[in-house]
Amino acid sequence: MLAVDFTTYGWVTALKVGVVLGVIPIGSLIFVYVFLFKMMSHMQSRLGPMEAGPHGMLQPVVEAIKFLQKEDIFPARADRLVFGLAPFVVIVSTFLLYLVIPAGPSLIVEDLDTGIFFALAVSSLSVIGVLMAGWASANKFALIGGLRAAGQLIAYELPLILAVIGVVIQAGSLSLQDIVYAQAGGEIFGFGAIGNPFVLTQIVGFVIFLMAAQAELAQTPFDMPVAESELVAGYMTEYSGFRFLFFFIGEFGTAFAFAGIAATLFLGGWYVPGIEGGLADVVGPLALGGKVMFIGFLIFWIRFTYPRFREDQLQRIAWKVLIPISLLNIVVTGVLKVVF
Amino acid sequence: MSVTTDWQKSAYISSQAADARVNVELETEGMTLNIGPQHPATHGTLRIVVRLDGEQVVWADPVPGYMHRGHEKLCEVRKYPQVNTLVNRIDWLGSFANEVPFILAAEQLMGIEAPPRAQYIRTIFFEMSRIANIALFLGDMGVQLGAITPVFYAFRDREHVLNLIESATGGRFHPNYDRVGGLKEDLPKGWIDEAKDVMNRVRRFCDELEQLLVGNEIFQKRTRGIGVITPAVALDYGLSGANLRASGVDWDLRRDSESPLAWKHADWKVWTHPDGDSFARYWVRLQETREAAIIIDQLLDSLPAGPIMAKVPVKIKVPEGEAYVETENPLGAMGFYLVSKGDLSPFRVKIRTPSFNNISICPWLLKGVFVPDIITILASLYFILGDIDR
Amino acid sequence: MADETLTADAADAPEEVEVDSARAAVVEALGAQFGDAIVDSHIAKGDLWVRVAPASWAAVVRFCKDVLGFRFFDFLSGLDWLNNPDLSGEKVWDLDAEPTVAEPRILDRGYTGGDTRFQVFCRLINIDTHVGVTLKVDVDEAAPHLDTIVPIFAGADWHERETWEMFGFIFDGHPGLRHLYLPGAFEGFPLRKDFPLLSREIRPWPGLVDKEPMPGENVPESAAEGSLPDGADAALPKDEPKDEPKDEPKDEPKDEPKDEEDSA
Repeated sequence: MLAVDFTTYGWVTALKVGVVLGVIPIGSLIFVYVFLFKMMSHMQSRLGPMEAGPHGMLQPVVEAIKFLQKEDIFPARADRLVFGLAPFVVIVSTFLLYLVIPAGPSLIVEDLDTGIFFALAVSSLSVIGVLMAGWASANKFALIGGLRAAGQLIAYELPLILAVIGVVIQAGSLSLQDIVYAQAGGEIFGFGAIGNPFVLTQIVGFVIFLMAAQAELAQTPFDMPVAESELVAGYMTEYSGFRFLFFFIGEFGTAFAFAGIAATLFLGGWYVPGIEGGLADVVGPLALGGKVMFIGFLIFWIRFTYPRFREDQLQRIAWKVLIPISLLNIVVTGVLKVVF
Repeated sequence: MSVTTDWQKSAYISSQAADARVNVELETEGMTLNIGPQHPATHGTLRIVVRLDGEQVVWADPVPGYMHRGHEKLCEVRKYPQVNTLVNRIDWLGSFANEVPFILAAEQLMGIEAPPRAQYIRTIFFEMSRIANIALFLGDMGVQLGAITPVFYAFRDREHVLNLIESATGGRFHPNYDRVGGLKEDLPKGWIDEAKDVMNRVRRFCDELEQLLVGNEIFQKRTRGIGVITPAVALDYGLSGANLRASGVDWDLRRDSESPLAWKHADWKVWTHPDGDSFARYWVRLQETREAAIIIDQLLDSLPAGPIMAKVPVKIKVPEGEAYVETENPLGAMGFYLVSKGDLSPFRVKIRTPSFNNISICPWLLKGVFVPDIITILASLYFILGDIDR
Repeated sequence: MADETLTADAADAPEEVEVDSARAAVVEALGAQFGDAIVDSHIAKGDLWVRVAPASWAAVVRFCKDVLGFRFFDFLSGLDWLNNPDLSGEKVWDLDAEPTVAEPRILDRGYTGGDTRFQVFCRLINIDTHVGVTLKVDVDEAAPHLDTIVPIFAGADWHERETWEMFGFIFDGHPGLRHLYLPGAFEGFPLRKDFPLLSREIRPWPGLVDKEPMPGENVPESAAEGSLPDGADAALPKDEPKDEPKDEPKDEPKDEPKDEEDSA
């Protein structure tokens, strides 16, 4: 036996962080392949990539390698430090999201008491990265994209948070692990076999959360920052090579994370009725994965179907529609929680 | 070059500055943005210099000419059949429709009338080029607005029409089928039944798009009330085609001009819309595509038998004279003013292209508009670069 | 209105001049308003041409729009009646003739005549009666000025810019005559007949056939009579070598891109 104790906190944390660092690209690549390459293509009556690997399954890996070997271009007038750091800010924000999502009873990096609060707080760090990218690119299109992104992301933080508060009230805790247990142990009108996934009682919150998440991810119909047919690639226009890859992984990694959060908050997370304890540590990730794919399907289905909103229409929806409805949802939830 | 007023000076400087890709700020406020010439939204190399105040346009100046090929000068040194090939390339999506007005002008001056079968088939191909052209627009407007899926359906169903054109003429995009006095050759066997199948597909495609895009609330929010053109302004600028009919002006050259082609033998409707906004332009074109399929169906049923070519001399010498023929092309009203001096080549050909007039309205139309609406408006006006630039 | 006019024409016994009442009424109204300024008019084949004196150009256009209802602005462009120097005018493509250098001369100016080498013509359409009118006006060669009609038809802006850059006519009062199609520093006016088509200066047009076959001679079997236009069969790829090699033009550098001698 080696003279290293792998059960110390340091090693366990290192293992967990390593797993997360592995999950981010794998998760985003899975998302990219299933939804972006295959689902979008089939919806558009075409096949998508078919060459690399069986049915093009290695295409995302190939794309990643392709980006890694490209030249790292800096525009001549760009602010080099800010320009270079922006993708890292975005990817750090993505990474921090994964720290609190539970994949099983003991499969969580750190079960913070302020779980969901922490998650929403760090997800808004990406706004800084986007602004840095837009500003430092020395490109008018990128600047317009960055400014649009900042406005949009800030506006849609509020509905995101308010939608979650209903869940928190019902679960009685901010910790994501506790929220899963609350759904697992709950009952629907006395029928306890499948627990009480909050999607049933918090359907309004679920819809608002998905819409706000769609906006946070800058996906159509809220993809003004990256309006492809207008701004070429918005704030990402001037990026190439691995920096662009980081933005890309950040986008899909965040999508994966948000889908994971939505699955945890509303669909019961890793909980599968009837499976407890150690077995849940094995089945949990698979169950969570399945729910994440379902939510991802919803997100990308809407992305490929709808046209995009204009910036002012987008803001109007956030401020005048989503926030009042989510406030109402909170009030109703609170009242019902006290009554029942 | 006479550059005198301040507006001229600033327009000149800004166009040069934007050309040099330098961020020259002429005033403390306002940002001069160059949309194009390479840009996903413009159908080709159109450049629009806009001055923005925040996200609103203060002035806009389209700069065409990146694809100017000098068609009018070239036509003067081509024989009449060679002009046919040249002229195909003006509106390359619905290219059979470009050949027709020129051929009709030459026939008018020569006093030749193509036989009825040729006129019917010409009309059928004309309407098919309309379908091919506008089907792409229907999908493409979705892409400009962010809906990336309908364009694939558009290309898929357009392929069938192009295959039809190819099987009869040998060319998908540039059929070169029309001749002075008739057509190159008759239709292949089984073409008529195939065409009827394809027209069914086209009608289904129009219904699909009507549900997918026209009924979509976001699409409506992005297009209703955007880029409203009043009828008087439209007539002033010479807007034509669906752009004019979407402003409520009921004028269609197929019905209203004395054309020898076979539209009067079919029972069809002219679609107009009172609003004059981007949604109206999209909607009118959608209805027109369906109507084109209806026209083709009727003409296929009543196709007369007979020769495909009139008695035309081997060397086509058009007698001296002037003629102007204008037809309702997919993009609008396209006309050829043909001046002939009795040679084997035209003396002067003035090509009146619809997109030229349609885009000349941009400086007036884009004032005060938001940046994303620029794209919507340009997409709804629908131009082809070859048509603007000739 | 135009419909009943033309059916009335068909019903009339064929005369030398068919009565086209709608268009004749237009000419009458113009004549009544402007008298001598309407220099000439021509009605033929269901269309109308009117030539106007240069001084009343803008006034006539405004009258047409406001009073006669020609509210649709079709186009505006220019005409250069000099003969094309590349082609000799009458004997075009006659390959047996001696190559000639065409004398620059001003040709007959079409339907409504004219006094100058240059003319501007503009087409307006009355969309209610479906009558179109082509207004022509002489433009002096030495001082090619003409009034702008942009205050009347805003769409004439681009058309006048294009006419200026292609022909060199200056439209007085235009908000900004600058290049539309051509790059900024372009010199010359391309659509004038004395502006050379450079590709023709260098070598003859490759689509020029060496010898046109007489009807019935050298026509491939597949071509039925009248189904292929003249010369097209010669342009088709040939299987057997013909006696007219296509690289003939390289041997004779000539300015006039016409008659290649038969090498056979």
